Amino acid sequence: MSDVITVDARGLSCPQPALLARQAIQKQGKGTIAVLVDSGTARENVSRLGKNSGWSVTIEAQPDSSSRIVMQK
Amino acid sequence: MSSVSRFLTSRWGPIITGVAVGILAPLLVLWGNPGNMGICVVCFNRDIAGALGLHRAGIVQYIRPEIIGFVLGALAAALIFKEFKPRTGSAPLVRFLLGIFATFGALVFLGCPWRAYLRLAGGDWNALFGILGLIVGIGVGILFLRMGYSLGRSRPAPKALGWVMPIVMVVLLVLLIAAPQFGRDANGSPTGPIFFSTTGPGSLHAPLLISLAVGLFIGFLAQRSRFCTVGAVRDAILLRDSRLFYGVLVLIVTAFLTNLILGQFNPGFEKQPVAHTNELWNFGGMVLAGLAFTLAGGCPGRQLFLTGEGDADSGLFIAGMIVGAGFAHTYSMASSTTGPGAFGPFIVIAGLVVCIVIGLTMREAKV
Repeated sequence: MSDVITVDARGLSCPQPALLARQAIQKQGKGTIAVLVDSGTARENVSRLGKNSGWSVTIEAQPDSSSRIVMQK
Repeated sequence: MSSVSRFLTSRWGPIITGVAVGILAPLLVLWGNPGNMGICVVCFNRDIAGALGLHRAGIVQYIRPEIIGFVLGALAAALIFKEFKPRTGSAPLVRFLLGIFATFGALVFLGCPWRAYLRLAGGDWNALFGILGLIVGIGVGILFLRMGYSLGRSRPAPKALGWVMPIVMVVLLVLLIAAPQFGRDANGSPTGPIFFSTTGPGSLHAPLLISLAVGLFIGFLAQRSRFCTVGAVRDAILLRDSRLFYGVLVLIVTAFLTNLILGQFNPGFEKQPVAHTNELWNFGGMVLAGLAFTLAGGCPGRQLFLTGEGDADSGLFIAGMIVGAGFAHTYSMASSTTGPGAFGPFIVIAGLVVCIVIGLTMREAKV
């Protein structure tokens, strides 16, 4: 299994978290991408983008109340 | 409660919010608000600026309870669902400027995106030029986003910072109810500190408690559903994500039907309430507004809801809107029902130049 690509989208305004996630999806094509977000809106938007792009999405809550969204294909 | 929240964060959330706004905004007009102005975030901030004496356009001065409700309703939702996260540091000064220029543009058109959609739903065809301009402005903003535009990251901030805007709203509510008036000058004009219109749009308003309740309800819904009248177009074009877009579509259709039932649908270009018929500057004003809102990350309603979550950068954007409204009505930039103000076209061009420079130059700093 290849390395996990991590995208740090914490603190960014809409639509940048989803935009960064999409750029990673388009660049990688397949594999594992982890997106760090710290707002509910970004968490929902990135998860939806991942699912709509055909990736499996799991959300890991982090101790500091941010989230790590793991997308796999 | 959590199942309600899950429903609102699903794809149904913006649709429910759109239905609520589409019914309640025309009702607010029936209950006393100006025509096709059940809700207009820019107009209402402009009225607040006037009530505080930041401009002396006597016909547009009132502390609009809907704005207060938007922030406090979103605050309640954010507290209940643990999304009250005070934050700041994402280029606050630029957000302040964007708030000013978004307001300049919207006041040339005479309405924010919310009111553009509501005007269309009331039969005001001039709104079509505004909405076209809005889409073009958002499109230009998308180009900058694709080129790497960013205002950088916000950072978690002390809880107290997140309470600043909600407290400001409570103070405004106190000023609205107490309405301190120190007297009149030699010419008989009120000296403030709070000014309320006795004629014109500022004098037209639904009963305080009804306006406040509607604001609270929509603020609560919109915080959960992430409703955004600019994000709707932006996400549909940029991300092929139509979740918010359906919310706006449903808003327009519901408001149209509600207006039809209430006898408030009056199709045409001429003699529309608080509107003018200059196609070019209806369009141009909203190109500027759409670009500025996109660069700031969301529509003016969304900025208010974000302040309810403790986002102090959005608070700066709102402060910029109120200052911008003060300038717009002091220096003849805002339009009237007869057409654009003397400096309206100039400020739209100047604002576009400023926003394009911001779009080309603001990037996340690499550390």
